[in-house]
Amino acid sequence: MSGIDDGDVILELKDITKAYSGIVALKKADLKLRRGAVNVLVGENGAGKSTMMRIIAGVERPTLGEIWMDGERIHLNSPADAVRHGIGIVFQELNLFGNLSVAENIFATREITRGLRGIDHKAQVEKANEFLNRLEAGISADTLAEDLPIGQQQLVEIARAVSLDTRILIMDEPTSALSAAEVDVLFRVIADLKARGVAIVYISHRLEELMRIGDYITVLKDGQITGHAMVKDIDTRWIVRSMIGSDAKDFAKQVDHEPGAEVFRTEEICLPRAQGGYAVDHVSIGVRKGEILGIYGLMGAGRSELFECIMGRHEHYTGKIFIEGEELKGRDTTRRIREGLALIPEDRQREGLVQSMSIADNLSMASLGQFLKGGFHIDLKLEKTAILEAIRSLSIKAKNPEFDVTSMSGGNQQKVVIGKALMTGPKVLLMDEPSRGIDVGAKADVFRTMRRLAGEGLAILFSTSDLEEVMALSDRIAVMSNGRLVTVVDRRNATEDMIVSASAEGHKTRRMHA
Amino acid sequence: MTTATHTAAAGNHLSTGAALLTIMKLRTFIALFAVIIFFSIFAPNFLSTANMILMSKHATQNAFLAIGMTFVIITGGIDLSVGSIVGLCGMIAGGLIMYGVALPLGYTVYFNVVEVAIIVMAVGILIGAVNGLLITRLNVAPFIATLGTLYVARGMALLYSDGQTLPNLTGREDLGNQGFSYLGSGSILGLPVSVWILIVVALGAAYFARFVPLGRHIFAVGGNERASRMSGIRVNRVKMFVYMFSGFCAAIVGLIISSELMASHPATGTNLELNAIAAAVLGGTSMSGGRGTIGGTIIGAFVIGILSDGLVMMGVSSFWQMVIKGLVIIVAVVVDQAQRRLQQRVTLMQMAKAG
Repeated sequence: MSGIDDGDVILELKDITKAYSGIVALKKADLKLRRGAVNVLVGENGAGKSTMMRIIAGVERPTLGEIWMDGERIHLNSPADAVRHGIGIVFQELNLFGNLSVAENIFATREITRGLRGIDHKAQVEKANEFLNRLEAGISADTLAEDLPIGQQQLVEIARAVSLDTRILIMDEPTSALSAAEVDVLFRVIADLKARGVAIVYISHRLEELMRIGDYITVLKDGQITGHAMVKDIDTRWIVRSMIGSDAKDFAKQVDHEPGAEVFRTEEICLPRAQGGYAVDHVSIGVRKGEILGIYGLMGAGRSELFECIMGRHEHYTGKIFIEGEELKGRDTTRRIREGLALIPEDRQREGLVQSMSIADNLSMASLGQFLKGGFHIDLKLEKTAILEAIRSLSIKAKNPEFDVTSMSGGNQQKVVIGKALMTGPKVLLMDEPSRGIDVGAKADVFRTMRRLAGEGLAILFSTSDLEEVMALSDRIAVMSNGRLVTVVDRRNATEDMIVSASAEGHKTRRMHA
Repeated sequence: MTTATHTAAAGNHLSTGAALLTIMKLRTFIALFAVIIFFSIFAPNFLSTANMILMSKHATQNAFLAIGMTFVIITGGIDLSVGSIVGLCGMIAGGLIMYGVALPLGYTVYFNVVEVAIIVMAVGILIGAVNGLLITRLNVAPFIATLGTLYVARGMALLYSDGQTLPNLTGREDLGNQGFSYLGSGSILGLPVSVWILIVVALGAAYFARFVPLGRHIFAVGGNERASRMSGIRVNRVKMFVYMFSGFCAAIVGLIISSELMASHPATGTNLELNAIAAAVLGGTSMSGGRGTIGGTIIGAFVIGILSDGLVMMGVSSFWQMVIKGLVIIVAVVVDQAQRRLQQRVTLMQMAKAG
């Protein structure tokens, strides 16, 4: 660690802790950003990188800790504060106004005006085109943002950040949607900004990229800084070691059991997209008793939408769904659950938990019908026994089931959502990104639980965008891309290369058509 | 700026925060005791039995509406129409007793008092169902939907008698529809009948909220509608129920007021919805949904009832009464918000410290 503190520090985070309800995303983290350098930040999903950047960008305020800029303590209470301090950010999720032109997007909130005569659209377009040309984006500033493909939208975001005269520019996975040529352009822009003294914060999962353009590197793991060095002193192995740590992913040991007969099958599930095309494109897939089928795919591959169709969340999907050979008739979620399906939603906070209720109430809310006496009276004893049984069998850490569910850690909250689904007595369990937003230890726990449930004969269908996870956990692997089911392979025959190339399949064919 | 002082300060924050939180949670009880003690000192005869019974009758009317309102608010909605339903139901009760229902062919059917009560309650439930359908099927925001029915129901109450009061609802012996006054003026074991009915309805509602699946679902829907839907809860059914129940409660109040006065006036119940909302909020029901208790609401209704009666007894001008009532409501909501923020902060601080 010696010899790396010489750089010209512009911004320093000291002892930053950020707690959300259910998870501590950052624990006493320190970070120094240097002028005229590319400061790289790496870490696994959920390590706290995005949280840290949101704090620097003024979107979130730290629960504890201090931020210093040029030797002065500053408070970033809003994104506007951050902009005033010369901090610009390109978010991972696109934050463009689709209904506005590119120029209007770039100059949003600081429109060029002509006094009382309103916005000077011509000047805006001209200036915007200047920035875009510098990025060699090939975008005209008067097109509507929503008409651009994702990659170009990303470039617009970057142009907007650059146009702010930023001293610190944060890029959260800027290349995830860019083609190789676009990445080269981006790197030239970064080099240009660097030469002008801008401190760049660069977040990415692509290690070879980091090695190529990084100057300083900071590694985050579970909300803590686990490594800090100059890029020229280290190699990718050092990064991986700092990222994963000694407790490398402890995926559940394979309990080998032969899956039984097919319990679940979909035929030609199809969900049209509002903008044309299909979010889910004629997907037919089957799962056997006791089998874990992993669905791998990138963002927007249609995994969540497929699950939502299966659960009867969309009214206008087509296709058939069978459980144990019987076609399901009811099209609403209530009946789907009664017929033996259960879903662990991807977004735990928005779709999984009722934050205002206790742990116990959350667990039993979907299965109250099972504890009835005389048709309507809930037998509290019966309910309590079932709740305690769920807490025990999933080893949920709940001091008191009557406490608010938000008082638990993210991993335990996830287990509550799983417990709620299991209490309905499903035959098929759908899990959408079951490891999202929980820490490594809880992940391993959730995975062990999945294995055990499969061992007990449950058919599990889970989706993930984590390659390692899908390889380690699935009996069979399905790959979705752009709404289509590209391939289904047995894990024993699957290789990472194969899966990655399959996951890009849907986009290739789309481009050919275009 | 050392770490030690930093942690100590945070620790202090934590314990004072927790203490403050407890006080805030008990605020309705504290408010009830405060008003009772205050008025027993400053209002003569406040603690007399006669006055207690009178006040409990007044508070009962608010309490009925507030029970219905509590369920509605817990689902994240609001029901502005209850005051008008009170008025319309009172008019229908009066009309049925005085004029009966004229059938074609010149016959007129008169109902006995029990039948009248059942018909009136059915009307209340029906208007609630209209609210529910507007909100669930046509996706009208609860505020707007019930604002609409507020006007429609009030207009219908006025149209019913062309704005006239229906007096002397004693019924006629030859028609067998006497005894309407029992509801408003009768008493059992020294307690007014209306208070007994309140006890039954309140216990029923509290039982429902805890022991019946539909009742539990009310809380889930208000806490997180999406998650409830994903868990297989029929959200629309829950919402239909709460608005229908609220209409039912309003119908009861309409019956009670008409019976007490032995007359039906079309403007009866004006602004009562605001009292009901105030009582629910004062009782700890969160306007953002998901939280609330029937017990708290009843206490809230009594705080408001005692407050207005006590001020009358002290001779405070009715203009000042309005100001005071308004302030109490605002303070209640401010405290509610503060409690939520504090609660969040305390939990987050605990988690941050626990790491």
